[in-house]
Amino acid sequence: MRLNKVPVREQDPEVRKRNFSEVSFGYNMEEAMSEAERCLNCKKPKCVPACPVAIDIPGFIRELKDGNVGEAAKVIARSSCLPAVCGRVCPQEEQCEGSCIVGLRGEAVNIGKLERFVADWSRQNNIEFTEKQPANGMKVAVIGSGPAGLSCAGDLAKMGYDVTIFEALHEPGGVLVYGIPEFRLPKEAVVREEINLLKKLGVKLETNVIIGRTVTIEELFRDEDFKAVFVGSGAGLPKFMGIPGENSNGVMSANEYLTRANLMKAFRNDYDTPITMGRKVAVVGAGNVAMDAARTAVRLGAEAYIVYRRSEKEIPARIEEVHHAKEEGVIFNLLVNPVAILADEKGWVKGLRCVRMELGEPDESGRRRPVEMKGSEFDIECDSVIMSLGTSPNPLIASTTEGISTNRHGCILIDEASGESSREGIFAGGDAVTGSATVILAMSAGRKAAAGIDKYIKGKYMR
Amino acid sequence: MYLITKKEELTENIYWMDVCAPRVAKSAKPGQFLIVKAGEKGERIPLTICDYDKEQGTVSIVFQTLGDSTKKIAALNEGEYLHDFVGPLGNPSELVFEDPEELRKKKILFVAGGVGTAPVYPQIKFLHDLGVDVDVVLGTKSKTTLILEDKMKGACTNLYVCTDDGSYGFKGMVTDRVKALVENEGKTYDLCVAIGPMIMMKFVSKLTKELGIHTIVSLNPIMVDGTGMCGACRVTIDGKVKFACVDGPEFDGHLIDFDEAMRRQAMYKTVEGKKAILQENKEREHKEKCDYTEALNETK
Repeated sequence: MRLNKVPVREQDPEVRKRNFSEVSFGYNMEEAMSEAERCLNCKKPKCVPACPVAIDIPGFIRELKDGNVGEAAKVIARSSCLPAVCGRVCPQEEQCEGSCIVGLRGEAVNIGKLERFVADWSRQNNIEFTEKQPANGMKVAVIGSGPAGLSCAGDLAKMGYDVTIFEALHEPGGVLVYGIPEFRLPKEAVVREEINLLKKLGVKLETNVIIGRTVTIEELFRDEDFKAVFVGSGAGLPKFMGIPGENSNGVMSANEYLTRANLMKAFRNDYDTPITMGRKVAVVGAGNVAMDAARTAVRLGAEAYIVYRRSEKEIPARIEEVHHAKEEGVIFNLLVNPVAILADEKGWVKGLRCVRMELGEPDESGRRRPVEMKGSEFDIECDSVIMSLGTSPNPLIASTTEGISTNRHGCILIDEASGESSREGIFAGGDAVTGSATVILAMSAGRKAAAGIDKYIKGKYMR
Repeated sequence: MYLITKKEELTENIYWMDVCAPRVAKSAKPGQFLIVKAGEKGERIPLTICDYDKEQGTVSIVFQTLGDSTKKIAALNEGEYLHDFVGPLGNPSELVFEDPEELRKKKILFVAGGVGTAPVYPQIKFLHDLGVDVDVVLGTKSKTTLILEDKMKGACTNLYVCTDDGSYGFKGMVTDRVKALVENEGKTYDLCVAIGPMIMMKFVSKLTKELGIHTIVSLNPIMVDGTGMCGACRVTIDGKVKFACVDGPEFDGHLIDFDEAMRRQAMYKTVEGKKAILQENKEREHKEKCDYTEALNETK
């Protein structure tokens, strides 16, 4: 058996840092079949329980080995409605690939890239695999068209429900369109196509509807005959540090920067939305979103810095993203914490005042707590600062709907088994419940809630 | 897609549009705003709700053309469509939640400046329908730039028009007129609501603080999504950072850091917006290239 995985072809860093096209080319048929050969087809596969939606991984790889890509796609479709997305953005190294037996002796099977290949190939070859139960006439509203909402809607549509997704923005996809950049997840070729598959299942989509403002959940129940509601409104509220100078011109949240670049396509000359094109951009934080912001800044012509208060070991972003960012020339300032933003006389950012940190005892997150080193103050020259410190749920839905309980972070409290909130008929999942997490965890929560909603409606209305 | 059922140029560069958007019309309340996007590739622009008709399912917007994006909206005609129209956003005016009995006991002054007349209209109409006495001071450049005069007259007790050039009504600033009303004409007010250019709201707030009149202003800062997601609209109120889109748009005028708000509003305010940034970038690249060539030549 070969110990190393079939390498994945990528755009050269020097080329890709000047464009927004996808970094990774993925496998072709030959490469995919060759990589599939490395799967041991374990009797008790460890990868399946490590997948939040429990895809039958050896099952789809088996089909792939035989060259039955369409069949492989059907196997995946039984568990996931967004395989082309997950094949690209899942943290496989911590999930399926992290548990792969082959990985003990060599490199784990490249499950993510195989999933991506199967999804891309079957989409390009118009493989139809939408098995659907007859319509039952029951209406369910899904709030938010991000990964949680899409997977919940997909499952319910397959069960025969009449599903309408309400999206606050003008384009469906949630974080898949406003957050994750084009160079990691192509919007038209991948996201829009996966959403079109849902529409083929009969899912209706209303954009520009803000639940809690345009219409309330109460009204959906009362006036529009919805029997249940799934809240997958995400964690959209950005955090700031609360340091002096943070409202200077040129300081923005990663949400704002990425929304301008991704959703509004500000990097393209034929779109109207402006974006600041700083020459030196400091990104505070080191999660996946921070990497996305720094790499976007590089592509817009800036020198980009990551400023992070812990060390390389604690970086929360995926290894692949950190690696890609470094290749593209992003400069990492580790064990550094901003204490103030410096502005010129017109109020524009001219620098970031920082202190150096060292790691002390572990804190409640289990990571070693960064402690300020006395007298270590220094300035980083920059003209833009992007705050990428995480996000919390938007309070709009909880505050306009009676009976939904939240915790002190504003996350909606649910029954873990069914996904139901403290109010009957209202279910929730994804970042609205957990705070910012991953695409696949949100998808998993959406699926769980779909099962919960099915049970609830059958028990109450279809006996 | 949202059908434009009526379009009218109220004065040079200020337009009125009725737009078919039943869900928005049904939920809209005085004090709230919208986000409008002209075409697929357009920019999301926060605009004022001027009126709404729940039966017809239409919402009226009034806007001034400033940059490319508002010009694109203005270029659309009756029978054509706006690509996106989302709202109502922000919190309704606090007046909406007050007891009508209590409101009728109050004397309320509205100060409107320029296109800010539009968001004032639904508020005074709401109060007028409840039988509340309302005075309005309306400031504009000259007689020709005055908008909505008849509508305003029909919905308030006294309308005081001020023009910069004196071509109509009182000659001078709205602040001069407000001062005169209180100090010379014996008027007393329990509340002032001022909506217009930031600089006007700043000076009205300064004056009403001296006069001891509680004042509410409505902010219209830069924003992208309008739902609390981007944080572009953050303002400092009494030392605390708030998002105008979800915490506002109305705030206590005596607590706002107006200078910061004005500075932030200028962030993308090159009239041509993105074009200027792209041009600047081009020049920069060109300059870098030249510097590089120069350096090369020097080393030769």
